[in-house]
Amino acid sequence: MLETIWFLLWGVLWAVYFMLDGFDLGLGTLMPVVARTDTERRLVYHVMGPFWDGNEVWLITAGGVTFAAFPTTYATMFSGLYSALMLILFALIIRGVSFAFRDEVNSPRWKCLWDTCLVVGSFLPALLLGVAFANIFHGLPIDQDGIYQGTLFTLLNPYGLAGGVLFVLLFLVHGALWLAVKSSGNLHDRAAQLVPKLWAALLVMAVIFLLASLRATFLYDNYFANPALFLILAVTVAALVMIRVYIAKAAWWRAWFASCVTIVGTTLFGVVGLYPKLLPSSIDPAYSLTAFNSSSSPLTLKIMLAVALTFVPIVIAYQAWVHHLFRHKSGEEDLESEEGY
Amino acid sequence: MDALMLSRLQFAVATFFHFIFVPLTLGLSILIAIMETKFVRTGDEEYRRLAKFWGKIFIINFAVGVVTGITLEFQFGTNWSRYSRYVGDIFGSILAIEATLAFFLESTFLAVWIFGWKRLSPKLHCLAIWLVAFAANLSALWILMANAWMQHPVGYTLRNGRAELTDFLAVVTQPFGFQIYFHTLSGAYILAGFFVMGVSAYHLLRKQHVAFFTKSLRMGLIFALIFSLAEVVQGHIHGAEVAKIQPSKLAAMEALWETQANAPQTLFLIPDEKNERNLVEFGKIPGALSLLAYHSTSATVKGLKDFPKEERPPVALTFIAFRVMVGLGFFFALVTVVAWLKRKKIADSPWLLKLLLFSIPLPYIALQAGWIVTEVGRQPWIVWGLMKTKDAVSPIAASQVGVTLAAFIVVYALLGATAFYLIAKHVRRGPEPVRGEG
Repeated sequence: MLETIWFLLWGVLWAVYFMLDGFDLGLGTLMPVVARTDTERRLVYHVMGPFWDGNEVWLITAGGVTFAAFPTTYATMFSGLYSALMLILFALIIRGVSFAFRDEVNSPRWKCLWDTCLVVGSFLPALLLGVAFANIFHGLPIDQDGIYQGTLFTLLNPYGLAGGVLFVLLFLVHGALWLAVKSSGNLHDRAAQLVPKLWAALLVMAVIFLLASLRATFLYDNYFANPALFLILAVTVAALVMIRVYIAKAAWWRAWFASCVTIVGTTLFGVVGLYPKLLPSSIDPAYSLTAFNSSSSPLTLKIMLAVALTFVPIVIAYQAWVHHLFRHKSGEEDLESEEGY
Repeated sequence: MDALMLSRLQFAVATFFHFIFVPLTLGLSILIAIMETKFVRTGDEEYRRLAKFWGKIFIINFAVGVVTGITLEFQFGTNWSRYSRYVGDIFGSILAIEATLAFFLESTFLAVWIFGWKRLSPKLHCLAIWLVAFAANLSALWILMANAWMQHPVGYTLRNGRAELTDFLAVVTQPFGFQIYFHTLSGAYILAGFFVMGVSAYHLLRKQHVAFFTKSLRMGLIFALIFSLAEVVQGHIHGAEVAKIQPSKLAAMEALWETQANAPQTLFLIPDEKNERNLVEFGKIPGALSLLAYHSTSATVKGLKDFPKEERPPVALTFIAFRVMVGLGFFFALVTVVAWLKRKKIADSPWLLKLLLFSIPLPYIALQAGWIVTEVGRQPWIVWGLMKTKDAVSPIAASQVGVTLAAFIVVYALLGATAFYLIAKHVRRGPEPVRGEG
């Protein structure tokens, strides 16, 4: 029971991370397309500024919770995906400092350097997180000792790459919607023009991924065994459709929320399909790491549950307050005032 | 080199670099919070400018601290998977709690502070920086409690082929952990104090922004004085604990080979690990080590020869790092006391200002040295008495680690140089002009 609760919490934490960091990873990737002048680029940074770091802590928490609740999974997952994770880390490093460094020196080449770091550092994690999770859905070559018997290139199979593209598109739509919500003028207009095209690409990719999952994974087994679970998939698909409906009505906040639901739903669709496996083995299903054979002791799970149920709602409360505090659209006047890095 | 040695080097590089940037944020956040509190209380605009000037330096440090911190958390899994599997039940949960309780708070409210100058009342805005300071120091507590468990594992049992938690409170309230915490924190506060004093001295030497930097220097001085003196006392108590809990580390810190009563403290020596002796010994104080470690000159101190060879830490590095740390610790106490006695004329004492300016790197060296004593002195154990470092490494290829180690060195060197350049640039430019003038 405890293991099952933690399995779900584990999935929810990753889902929340993708939902939150998704918009700034997506917008960071989109920046060269939507922002043409230096002022516009500064505004793009500005609409992510108060949020991106708080979003990234969800990644640290998701990683930390994997370590705390399922140490054996954490050990195999992180050492097995060594090269992919290191690439993500380096990307997040150059991306994180670009926020603080970019406007410290008033030279076009300096700014261009950090803009490039932002774009590369946003795109790579979006792609690689998708590749990593698709491969987890698919199963990794894990032997009887829980040791990963593959390389970085093992991960770059068609299904893994499809997962990567899916994540990039999910985040691009999410980021474009965020910009449409948070800006006005040219920036807003370009985001608004772009997002229907991105959405169409996302729809195609989502269909391909769902069909490919039927062949490449065992995710649907849980669903066919328990058809009520198809509700998750139904809600996700409905949310995906609603994004387009709200875009047509220019209801940007609602479209963004629908996008949140789509990302959370996509993650949970995979996680629920995985249950109880955290890392399925593609060598032999018996070697898979599950919520039961890789978890921490009951005492640790109980203590961590108490901590999570007490403090995660507090975190959500103050992060929601921050969203409320910075709910305004960013304009040039915000760049002139003293608000920012 | 094998994956083990490369992983050790990689972790050392990552920790070393992370620990250049984080210590300043621990103390500086408190100083900024005090400045802004004074602004809220008195309405004196200069305190607002003080908070903003030092705040910029904080932000640059914080940014580098954050991105290098994520790397550390993930490296336990990427490079030390056997360790992670063995201790995740305890160690993993402390890291997860750190993120949930402290790091969320710090990151979220730093953004509120940076972007909220006009959107919050002065009081609420000031509260934001206090929350940042509180969370930063709380974060350090959890991280050091996790480290303390590696130094002195408690509250566990060996079951299912790993260490499992039996007593959570024992883990998070162990006295040795608080010793490490207060020792590290005082060191970080000394560093912040000396940094603020040194930067202020730079401008006072040039007679610019005199009132502004006299205020800064005074605050930095009070901070550095209190914690330099506290560290002398606390360091001694901490050392005596190490003697009890990690006797082989103590023997390496002092390069003591023979077990002896009335053990001496030697001011200068050159350890010769191969032949288990010291080459040159100079300035022996008989009984001093016994007295410091066990509060009695006649107490017996166990020498390195009485530990199996494969359970001794590297002696020369531990010994030298310990000497550097302690020497600098006394230097900080001396400088801050002198500066305090001369505090009224400090702006007119070029020699003292120069001394403070050139002292900026010293606390950085002292902190890294202290870290070397702690971690190198813990070898060959990754968890004292439970697991050896060589048994903890991931089953990964040396070539993989070699590539990432090289990448870390290049990226971190560029990052460090950039951060240093930006901080120096900001320092030279000085505070923003008074409102209305510029």
